[in-house]
Amino acid sequence: MERPSGKKTPAQRVSEVVDKTQGSQAWNSIFRPGSVFRKGYTDSPRNRSYVIMNSVLYHLHPVKVKRHAVKVSYTLCLGGLSFFLFILLTITGIFLMFFYRPTAAQAWNDIYTLQTSVAFGLLVRNMHRWGAHLMVLTVFLHMARVFYHGAYKPPREFNWVIGVILLTLTLLLSFTGYLLPWDQLALWAVTVGTNMMGYTPVFGDQVRFVLLGGKEIGTDTLLRWYVLHVLFVPFVTVIFLAIHFWRVRKDGGISGPL
Amino acid sequence: MTEIPEHLRKRAEEAKAKAAAKAAGDAPAEAATEAPAAAESAGDSRIPAHLLARSKSAKANKEGGAVATAPAATGGGVATAVADAAPPPTATGPGGHTQRLLTVVKAGSIQDLKSTPIDKVHTWPHLLAVEFVAALAITVFTLIFSIFVNAPLLELANINQTPNPSKAPWYFLGLQELLTMFHPMVAGVTIPGMGIFLLILSPYIDRNPSNKPEDRKFAISLFTIQMMFWAVLVIIGSFFRGPGFNFVTPWTGGLFFEL
Repeated sequence: MERPSGKKTPAQRVSEVVDKTQGSQAWNSIFRPGSVFRKGYTDSPRNRSYVIMNSVLYHLHPVKVKRHAVKVSYTLCLGGLSFFLFILLTITGIFLMFFYRPTAAQAWNDIYTLQTSVAFGLLVRNMHRWGAHLMVLTVFLHMARVFYHGAYKPPREFNWVIGVILLTLTLLLSFTGYLLPWDQLALWAVTVGTNMMGYTPVFGDQVRFVLLGGKEIGTDTLLRWYVLHVLFVPFVTVIFLAIHFWRVRKDGGISGPL
Repeated sequence: MTEIPEHLRKRAEEAKAKAAAKAAGDAPAEAATEAPAAAESAGDSRIPAHLLARSKSAKANKEGGAVATAPAATGGGVATAVADAAPPPTATGPGGHTQRLLTVVKAGSIQDLKSTPIDKVHTWPHLLAVEFVAALAITVFTLIFSIFVNAPLLELANINQTPNPSKAPWYFLGLQELLTMFHPMVAGVTIPGMGIFLLILSPYIDRNPSNKPEDRKFAISLFTIQMMFWAVLVIIGSFFRGPGFNFVTPWTGGLFFEL
């Protein structure tokens, strides 16, 4: 609709900009051919497939899943929730890392300052803490759910093994994080825990020495557990998560209905 | 030998019975005139009446020539138009048809490659929508819980001042509870180590292929007992242990538990 003066309406201008953007090389380099962001989305079976196929989600989900796999009453979403919590913990954890130094002299003060004088510091720390406890719980429940459904049976035996490894990694993640606030609760909980591991037959003292970075809990322990907590264990966990998810698909999707 | 499906077997038996009855009662009448027989047989078969009539007359023509020399040669044929009223031979099928059931092959063994087609839905939107809602719900839950409940931050760590009681994180309190009953090596290393090891091995130990609860009562009870055992230990360690890790009840002695 041309105006007599030759000016364009705002709507025309907007659609012109949209067309230009979606036709640009930059846009087309970002979204793959067939992506719904490139050619627009209308609800059709074809486009429903493209949403998965032409996005990074294709690494996680097939285009179609069994109908019963969608039922919340079967999985209770526990595996998914564990993974979401892992992501939530990564995000809140990165936030916390900006305000934290893992030395015996500074750790507690940093947490205290975070709570009292950083915007949303207390909230994010709370979320990190409660999210961590919740994740231990959901991982446990996920394991129970899988057991009661007999979902560890062939061909999924090995994925169960990976799952148990992920469970221990979750416990390790939580336990290594427990020390970091460097308060009385952290120190003594970890003392109790590491004393127990010190009773490992034959190598007990060595195990304890490696875990503590010395004979007693101190600033070296804090640094060690910090690196384990923010880097090493998450790194290993992500690798096992990738294998876990990949195996779910390769073993024929989630287990069948009872 | 393949099993014959129930409905086919029933149908064959019914037809056989009907044929026997007919052979006993209606034989003379059937032999006397051709037309009623054709009409009757058309009634209980799916072969159109006119085709039956045609084949019958063709056969009658053929046998009509042979009837003089060998009257008994009607053996494999239909109820014939031949005048002498011999009862139809027993090899004749129901309604006087000559087709025979050679074998019944179950549909599943040849035609179906997949015995049951898998019922599938698109991941988008069916699964992704559910996952999105679940992610949102857990985030909102954590957020709201975090607004109202603060994470504990006790006083600065002091290696010289042991709090009483000293407790491990809640998921290790079951082990700490075992510590009161066993040697530390048993409670802290052997039992949890064996536990994890057995857990890893469980798909290889449990050879029962069924995933139905009624088929795996033993596995389910064993696992449930195991879970209950740990849950009870963790609860005792969390809420019923006070100073000196002695037994207290939370409603009288107070709560000695930090998350």
